[in-house]
Amino acid sequence: MSPVASNPPQPGSTDPSVIRNFCIVAHIDHGKSTLADRMLQNTNVVTPREMQNQFLDSMDIERERGITIKSQAVRMPWQVDGTDYILNMIDTPGHVDFAYEVSRSLAACEGAILLVDAAQGIEAQTLANLYLAMEHELEIIPVLNKIDLPAAEPERYALEISNLIGVDPDDVLKVSGKTGEGVEALLDRVVNTVPAPSGAVDAPARAMIFDSIYDTYRGVITYVRMVDGRLQPRQGIKMMATGSDYELQETGVYSPDAIPGDGLGVGEVGYLITGVKDVSESKVGDTVTSKQNPAPEPIGGYREPQPMVFSGLYPIDGSDYPALRDALEKLQLNDAALSYEPETSVALGFGFRVGFLGLLHLEIVRERLEREYNLDLISTAPNVVYKVTIEDGTVVTVTNPSEFPEGKILQVEEPMAMATIIVPSEFIGAVMELSQSKRGQLKGMDYLSEERVEIRYWIPLAEIVFDYFDLLKSRTKGYASLNWQRDGSQIADLVKVDILLQGDTVDAFSAITHRDHAYSYGVKMTSKLKELIPRQQFEVPIQAAIGSRIIARENIRAIRKDVLSKCYGGDISRKRKLLEKQKEGKKRMKMVGTVEVPQEAFIAALSTDTDSK
Amino acid sequence: MNQTEISSIPQLLPDFVSSAVNDAERTFSLYVHVPFCLTRCGYCDFNTYISPDMGPGASHDSFAATAIKELEYAATLFEKSGTEPKPLHSVFFGGGTPTLLAAEDLTAILSRAEQLFGIRSGAEITTEANPDSLTAQSVQELADGGFNRISMGMQSSVGHVLQVLERTHNPDNIVTAAQWIRAANLEMSLDLIFGTPGESLEDWQASLDTALGLQPDHLSAYGLIVEEGTKLAAQIRRGVYPNTDPDDQADKYLVTEERLSAAGYRWYEISNWAYDPDHRGIHQSQHNLAYWRDQDWWGIGPGAHSHMAGLRWWNAKHPAAYASRVLDNISPAIGHEIPDDDARLLEKIMLGVRLAEGLDTAVFEEYDPETAQRAKTEAELLATQGLIEPSALDRGKIVPTLRGRLLDDAITRRLAGF
Ligand SMILES: Nc1nc2c(ncn2[C@@H]2O[C@H](COP(=O)(O)OP(=O)(O)OP(=O)(O)O)[C@@H](O)[C@H]2O)c(=O)[nH]1
Ligand code: SF4
Ligand SMILES: [Mg+2]
Repeated sequence: MSPVASNPPQPGSTDPSVIRNFCIVAHIDHGKSTLADRMLQNTNVVTPREMQNQFLDSMDIERERGITIKSQAVRMPWQVDGTDYILNMIDTPGHVDFAYEVSRSLAACEGAILLVDAAQGIEAQTLANLYLAMEHELEIIPVLNKIDLPAAEPERYALEISNLIGVDPDDVLKVSGKTGEGVEALLDRVVNTVPAPSGAVDAPARAMIFDSIYDTYRGVITYVRMVDGRLQPRQGIKMMATGSDYELQETGVYSPDAIPGDGLGVGEVGYLITGVKDVSESKVGDTVTSKQNPAPEPIGGYREPQPMVFSGLYPIDGSDYPALRDALEKLQLNDAALSYEPETSVALGFGFRVGFLGLLHLEIVRERLEREYNLDLISTAPNVVYKVTIEDGTVVTVTNPSEFPEGKILQVEEPMAMATIIVPSEFIGAVMELSQSKRGQLKGMDYLSEERVEIRYWIPLAEIVFDYFDLLKSRTKGYASLNWQRDGSQIADLVKVDILLQGDTVDAFSAITHRDHAYSYGVKMTSKLKELIPRQQFEVPIQAAIGSRIIARENIRAIRKDVLSKCYGGDISRKRKLLEKQKEGKKRMKMVGTVEVPQEAFIAALSTDTDSK
Repeated sequence: MNQTEISSIPQLLPDFVSSAVNDAERTFSLYVHVPFCLTRCGYCDFNTYISPDMGPGASHDSFAATAIKELEYAATLFEKSGTEPKPLHSVFFGGGTPTLLAAEDLTAILSRAEQLFGIRSGAEITTEANPDSLTAQSVQELADGGFNRISMGMQSSVGHVLQVLERTHNPDNIVTAAQWIRAANLEMSLDLIFGTPGESLEDWQASLDTALGLQPDHLSAYGLIVEEGTKLAAQIRRGVYPNTDPDDQADKYLVTEERLSAAGYRWYEISNWAYDPDHRGIHQSQHNLAYWRDQDWWGIGPGAHSHMAGLRWWNAKHPAAYASRVLDNISPAIGHEIPDDDARLLEKIMLGVRLAEGLDTAVFEEYDPETAQRAKTEAELLATQGLIEPSALDRGKIVPTLRGRLLDDAITRRLAGF
């Protein structure tokens, strides 16, 4: 007897009582996508021949890095006790940068599989995602994964989970996404415990957008969860937050390929195509309703994704500026969380100030720009947004250190984050020491078990964005996991440190730091630049300054020898070509006042990878 | 290197040859490259080989015949262009170690060149030599065969420096060889290298003193360049030796100038000094000056470069490839270039500003008025910055000062506008 549904209900006419909408949430790498693979196979949605690992991670960059960046929804039929059910599964990203994405996916579901690696136990994002699921009042199914691993300790971590969410340890399911063990039982559990959706069939249509992607051929494809009523092709629709309306061209479901249908009904998860060309017209979290018969209220919970960190992106070759602009425009079609505006830097020329959800987001965007659009980029050190009150009471929002107001400053407000760190208890001291040095305030500590503890710090976002996580990992031998979310702001003694070359400020190197850290930043940058900038025909002082006060200083001594003593016999061409090469090299130099600074020096000075080591 | 590649030199050459020959200002020199050494010095990236037999026509024994064949081939190209070559202004045998060939081989090549092209009276005729490969007799044979100058690679007199350079010669041999050279009434030049890893300032002064003690007519002192691909470069990369230090080389250059000028030597090119206490302009190397004055020369031998009135070409680098082409009556040239006006200007600047006689500012005026104006402004700035001699500039010559000599490439770049 096969539990695979024999005659599954069709999209658009599925009785809500047989629908189960659930997502899989977990800490990064605990095996969500791999478990999803097994579900796709067990339900016959993907044949063994079509199967490949992390089937739903379809973007190149996802496959290469082995991480999920975008949520994916799939409709899967499943039979329990002779009844055909429809399971809509959403695989979500685990990384904290994409928490907003997760929260939208949760809003489309009634249940969540909380997946925990049986060799690792609960980690910081497990908690974060659990709390999110609880906020959405989802039915939570705790599951231990990777029980095939020799290092798996399912009993130990079942206890951890039971302590955390108050279930009987025996109720924690144990599966292996790798071998498929326990996956059918899990599907049955989903059917039996996740509530069916409860929308009003006859009410005006309301569908919640939980993702939208840009497809070159079809334009924007919007992923929705129908809450009330019904939507069907060729009807007029309206986006409630943006107020714009469109004609619905196509509706359908993914299983796993797109299957067009004659509509979407209450509780169903599927897609809409409207001919919209720009994802910003189809915002994640917005409510789609009927144009003729609009719902009075949106579903709620919509908010714009908030960029957390900003960085300047500049083409190394100034003539690539238009190409960079086009590339950002295209990327934004697919990434509503990406925001940018043009800016100019004296040192780096024309570029963009780009807002990101976090450092991984930054890294991924940068990599995609370089790879998919063939651009060579310099990115300035990431920074957060400050609110600076100046003497006359005006508040200036600073997204770029060079916008930091001159003159008398009444106060500077910096964004804060609540960080949750989970570590083996032996590392408590190390975590506390680090967090204190990063200006964190201890907000609580809970033992998950005898050996593992959850520590909460209220800490400046800027510190997290800088090198906190790298240091955390290295000081806890890689055991610590970190999750954070924006949480208010504080007034702090922050200053702008400028770096001057021969008295000229190099805007790309300015940074906003706490006064206590200004000196070390100044020393670090000046000595780094001393190594990176070639000697010139004159002496070049490098200074770090707060306002007009110099806090660190180095000197690049004037070059004394710049001649090749030999003329290589009669090989005049060789010597000339050396000079011609220097002429080419000159084009990669940026002039800062009269000082020639090679591009490479900017790149190296701005790269953070060498910082924390 | 493509052995079968057909050289376009025979087709291109006649035009350039005739414009070279018809320009009374242009002199014509000969360079012969002998691609053999006994061992390879650690810093060496010259076109030289330690096997005595690199193939047919490319062994110690057969090389002279091949070189002579190439000379004869060159002469036919002059014939084809319907011009008479000018008598040779200077002749230089370099390498490698030319004196690894029998003295009679070297003199045979020289006398064939004289038959084919003629040699002006008073022409400087030099061979490079390794002191170990000279004997009293071979020196005398070279003198008898027409050579009037020997340039010896001495490099240093300090044992641990020679060790880093992996120079094989026995320092004592230099002294003896110098006596033979004197006895045969030949001019003597010594090559020195400064700035070798591990060489102290005192080491360098000792080398200078030893060299001066030999009373050479001419001295070359080169700051060591660590070339990619040499053994020394690999050793430095691995940390066996420290890298060369430009400040150290600058210090040593200043010491060199000080010592040599006190001893009556005058710089006439950045790395070259002539014994000329009374400033009469004597003992300067005519052959090297021909390069720096952008004159014409024919290069014989593997990898040799040639220049005729703006046409530059070069021979197959590998001795066997070179020899097989020569023996097959194919031009051994495997590449050429005709630098465009910009490149020619850059060459003239880079060569001229190395010389004590200086770069004639006329090269800019001949180029175009805008360039002339820009160069004039830059030259004035260079003069106020103390990098070139203001008094020479008044005479229309760009001559680097002592500080400018150390920054000569920067002067070149700035005059060339980048
Ligand atoms: N041995 C074993 N390895 C597993 C199992 N499930 C997943 N893995 C491995 O764990 C790693 C992470 O798996 P993914 O499925 O990509 O994890 P994820 O939770 O989707 O990761 P993100 O989407 O980046 O948060 C991969 O190397 C998988 O092969 C399992 O049951 N057993
Ligand atoms: S003697 Fe001269 S050519 Fe020969 S290996 Fe030494 S440096 Fe090179
Ligand atoms: Mg995944």
